[in-house]
Amino acid sequence: MFQQIMNLLSLWALPAILLLILTMGLAKKVPIYETFTTGAKDGFKVAVNIIPYLVAIIVAISMFRASGIIEMLELTLSGLLCRIHVPADVIPIMIVRSLSGSAALGVFSDIANTLGPDDYATKLSAIMVGSSETTFYVLAVYFGAVGISKLRYALLVGLLADFIGIVAAICVCNWMFL
Amino acid sequence: MNYIFYFLIVISIIFGAINGRLTDVVNSILTGAELSVKVAFSLIGIMAFWLGMMKIAEECGLIKTIAKIIKPVTKRLFDEIPEESPAIGDIAMNFAANAFGLTNAATPIGLKAMEELQKENIDKTSASNAMCMLLAMNTAGFQLIPATVLAVLIGIGYKNPTEIIAPTLLVTTIAFVSAIILAKVFQRFWTIQTNIPPLPPGEGRISTRRMSVRNSGEGIGGETCSNK
Repeated sequence: MFQQIMNLLSLWALPAILLLILTMGLAKKVPIYETFTTGAKDGFKVAVNIIPYLVAIIVAISMFRASGIIEMLELTLSGLLCRIHVPADVIPIMIVRSLSGSAALGVFSDIANTLGPDDYATKLSAIMVGSSETTFYVLAVYFGAVGISKLRYALLVGLLADFIGIVAAICVCNWMFL
Repeated sequence: MNYIFYFLIVISIIFGAINGRLTDVVNSILTGAELSVKVAFSLIGIMAFWLGMMKIAEECGLIKTIAKIIKPVTKRLFDEIPEESPAIGDIAMNFAANAFGLTNAATPIGLKAMEELQKENIDKTSASNAMCMLLAMNTAGFQLIPATVLAVLIGIGYKNPTEIIAPTLLVTTIAFVSAIILAKVFQRFWTIQTNIPPLPPGEGRISTRRMSVRNSGEGIGGETCSNK
């Protein structure tokens, strides 16, 4: 029931927003076509503006992933995390989630496909991937678009929140599925 | 960010050498650079579309209406932003789009909000408190339904994928709320931006000079901004 309502909402959210904007624009006698094209002109500019920031962050992260350090962290952490019922398969997701969304999703589909639907690791990694966002990517895009290079505490907050999310995922999963 | 950039690259080279994967590390520079341009270019079309739509929404007063409705919440979260700023409405739309999993719409709208916040920003190269709050809301990745994850689970024949929704929602809410609280706490204790509140003449002058020296050290950031 809950899921059906949510599916319906997700399906209609976008069309509803479009209908609302266009109808209200026409009702208020806004020249919607001209206004749309004026606003849309900035699309290219914004996308080009973020390129240097994206290159910096994405290249640094792909180098980091290629260096094999994630596998080394995995080995060091696995002993500790075993005690709180975190399967070793899930550790790469915890490390990579804030760095690269596609990598985290890749590891997750891998776990899901090899271990199957009933495994604890599948559930835990599903919750971890579904509950957070790729912090580094979001920071690069949002700050890059307006040319900000001093992030102040934004990265720290993002990473701490990711860490809290990981801890919460482990606790909730322990409580519900063990 | 300077240190993080340095740290990521130096660590990669050192550990790449230790693990004998230096070739992989070097090759990843090319793939990474290619990927970033691909990502940026794939954004152009959808970015143009939503920026156009948001322009209509702004002209017809829809953004202002939304901003008025959620004023009680935003007044607390974005206390430095004037109530009539279109940024507030954009932020609300960005949050709604994220919650419904409409990432394609959420990013352009969020970037428009960033531009509005940048207008209120005093130091154009450094993040304002309001920006950090918006980023905290976005990096936490609050979402009602984890659509991509559900698709994978359904794909492997997960019998009851709905059982994953409630715990995910619980975890994402915890992360989202703590991100907002953390941003609020750091806002108080973090050193202020380059904007210097009126100080006694002597002290004020010293700190102004120190700030300007630090700024000129970061010439590249300053230049890109003044070009705009």
